Amino acid sequence: MASVCFYFQVHQPYRLRHYTIFDSNGLYFDDQKNASICRKVAKKCYLPANRLMLELIDKYEGRFKIAYSITGVLLEQLERYCPEVLSTFEELAKTGCVEFLAETYYHSLSFLYSRNEFFEQVYKHIETIERLFGQRPRVFRNTELIYNNDLATTIEEMAEFDGIIAEGADHILGYRSPNFIYQPPNCKNTRLLLKNYKLSDDIAFRFSNHDWSEWPLRSDKFANWINQINGNGYVCNLFMDYETFGEHQWDDTGVFEFMQHLPEEILKYPDNDFKTPSEALKAYSAVGTFDVPHTISWADMERDLSAWLGNKMQLGAIGSLYNLEGKIKQCEDARLLEDWRKLQTSDHFYYMCTKWFNDGDVHKYFNPYDSPYDSYINFMNVLDNLNYRCSNILAQPEEVESSRTAHQEMAVV
Amino acid sequence: MKVFMLGWEFPPFISGGLGTACYGLTKAMDQLGIKIDFVLPRTVESEYSTHVELLTPGSTRSKAYLKYKGFKNVRFLAIDSPLRPYETAGVHGQHAEKISAGKQRILGSDASSAGRMGDGIDCSGDICTMVHRYAEAACKLAQGEQFDIVHAHDWMTYPAGVAVAAMSGQPLVVHVHSTEFDRSGEHVNQIIYDIERKGMHAADKVIAVSYLTRNIIITRYGVAEYKVEVVHNAVEQNDEEIILSNQTGIKRGEKIVLFLGRITMQKGPEYFLQAAKKVLEFMDNVKFVIAGDGDMMHQIIEMAVGLGIGHKVLFAGFLCEGDVKKAFDMADLYVMPSVSEPFGIAALEALNHDVPVLISKQSGVSEILRNVLKVDFWDINETANKMVSVLKNSPLQMTLREHGDLEVRKLRWQGAAEKCAKIYEELTVTV
Repeated sequence: MASVCFYFQVHQPYRLRHYTIFDSNGLYFDDQKNASICRKVAKKCYLPANRLMLELIDKYEGRFKIAYSITGVLLEQLERYCPEVLSTFEELAKTGCVEFLAETYYHSLSFLYSRNEFFEQVYKHIETIERLFGQRPRVFRNTELIYNNDLATTIEEMAEFDGIIAEGADHILGYRSPNFIYQPPNCKNTRLLLKNYKLSDDIAFRFSNHDWSEWPLRSDKFANWINQINGNGYVCNLFMDYETFGEHQWDDTGVFEFMQHLPEEILKYPDNDFKTPSEALKAYSAVGTFDVPHTISWADMERDLSAWLGNKMQLGAIGSLYNLEGKIKQCEDARLLEDWRKLQTSDHFYYMCTKWFNDGDVHKYFNPYDSPYDSYINFMNVLDNLNYRCSNILAQPEEVESSRTAHQEMAVV
Repeated sequence: MKVFMLGWEFPPFISGGLGTACYGLTKAMDQLGIKIDFVLPRTVESEYSTHVELLTPGSTRSKAYLKYKGFKNVRFLAIDSPLRPYETAGVHGQHAEKISAGKQRILGSDASSAGRMGDGIDCSGDICTMVHRYAEAACKLAQGEQFDIVHAHDWMTYPAGVAVAAMSGQPLVVHVHSTEFDRSGEHVNQIIYDIERKGMHAADKVIAVSYLTRNIIITRYGVAEYKVEVVHNAVEQNDEEIILSNQTGIKRGEKIVLFLGRITMQKGPEYFLQAAKKVLEFMDNVKFVIAGDGDMMHQIIEMAVGLGIGHKVLFAGFLCEGDVKKAFDMADLYVMPSVSEPFGIAALEALNHDVPVLISKQSGVSEILRNVLKVDFWDINETANKMVSVLKNSPLQMTLREHGDLEVRKLRWQGAAEKCAKIYEELTVTV
């Protein structure tokens, strides 16, 4: 039995506007740019992809199922800039074949820096999903699939979820396959669905690469690969960015046609079906322990935290940001809190990454800045102003505690 | 492969990027095994040639040549000429007069014969004449020599290059380190422009030090695109340890922003000062050091005072090599706000000394550097914005330092020499 479990990540950050030392108002975000990007992605991806999914769900009369995790910051932007996308997600929710997952509302690294913030953001997200889609999430995914044993025990203690999505990292799995359900150590009620990164990335990254040995990827070929899992696995977890459909892989690559025919090809094999994450967790038991003492993620080759916390700028910026938590919450100012939270979105730190900067590659495509240094300068100027506003409210002027201990990791890594 | 190369003061007493570039390139070519006859101008004022050691003066030949320690395949031949790089047409005249006057004092001859002296240096006439005399002398030197290629560095040697190439029948490579448009903005000197243009058109290949310069060559000088290649400059490896010295009158805890270069329009010193003023509105514990000399020196000193920041700006004057190193060692940030910089080796030197760098986007070196801060030279607000951020945020400084150091290690003269060698090969392939 091979159950295909699709989960699509849907997210857009609030990008900052160009903010210099000469700027002094509390308007940090580039509304115009964010609106235009939101609409562009809606046109190229969200709307056509949602339409396709609705068609497929309808056509296969409940046999085709998928899952989404949509961040709070994107839901807000959709409401403001493209409400029609929201209505298509609501339609999808009504089909009963779509599961919505929970994550931090602001797509943040709060788990690593502030447990309190983490809980507040997760509950805010749960409530939003429930309100919009009439579903209370039962499966959790942390920002960028950042995962370790500590996260598992924290989730277990929350007693809200049945399972967590994580990366099927080779260095943890060893010889084992991601196509089974696993269990974190010391957890009774929480189990794991691990991404089959090879097959997921075949669609998400390699699909349109003409140099790839398997190009062109046709639905029947892919369905055949999935079928190989039979006898050697129960689930095939295909986890990817929703923007794979139309943005990362453009329409003319044939990615929509691929998806259109995939259910048919997969269902041709009577042993195979589609399951939502919750259904997969219910149907199969765990085969072993997935022990992750050091944090993993789904980013880059390293599958670790280096994309967001790999250099001193990133560590300095995030340290300074979370150092403000006490002061910000003391102010009891809703606008201030919102601004501070929007700054927590992991993308801001991603833009400061220097890892591949010298080779000038993929990271650059998604980066609104010319260089990671520019993004750091911009972010710190905004943070300065935020701190200043905060101090004014508290009537205690002082400097932002810049993280002099840049080496010191405040996170459990 | 043997090259007849026409260049500048050697080794450079940091006369500027031109001398540094010639030195670096020649040394790397030497290590590749390319034989070079390097022609240099020599004048009465030889205070700058402190590094030249006379090791093996040519004995069997009538021409005297020098060898330099560490260069196996390079011979240096000197031409008597008052030509000096970086001087404008007007200054050349003054310089020539100075030399004449100097000789007058030394030898006590009357003014009329001061122009022609026994040692053969003729200082009369304008640049044009000087350049053509240089060409004559170069041809004399080249007579009887065997070489495969003629390589001429910067405009003053172009006529010489053209003449030697014509005489010998060998291909000519002309190396553009800067153009009149870089040096003089839109008010180009027609004579110099004509010399440049003629040289470029006569050459078989034109080497530009950046895409920026290549663009100017193609659009402003009408040279065909296929003829122009880009060979970026590089920098010598810095193997010396960093000495932490505190011998200056600057307090610890005070940040230093360094401007090191000629004080001339091309280098944008006035933008530096205007940005400095804005920075001082946000932070107080910072000093701005302007190291160098040039035609705008007085103007800039007055501007600093006029802006009300005179007490925060230190003028170090022209620095010798040891002092340059000290200047870099104490700097928290090196700023190069050039209006039009064909390349800008100084930025690489700053990175070599672990100093974070802020350069103008209108510079050739910004084409190849990633781990630096970049800004449009005219955008004073953004310049100040970036300066303040580097000075206030040590994580930014540290990251720029670390990554800048890694990046500059890859930019060695060997790469440039190899590209030149390839160009030579293409030109000397027998059809």
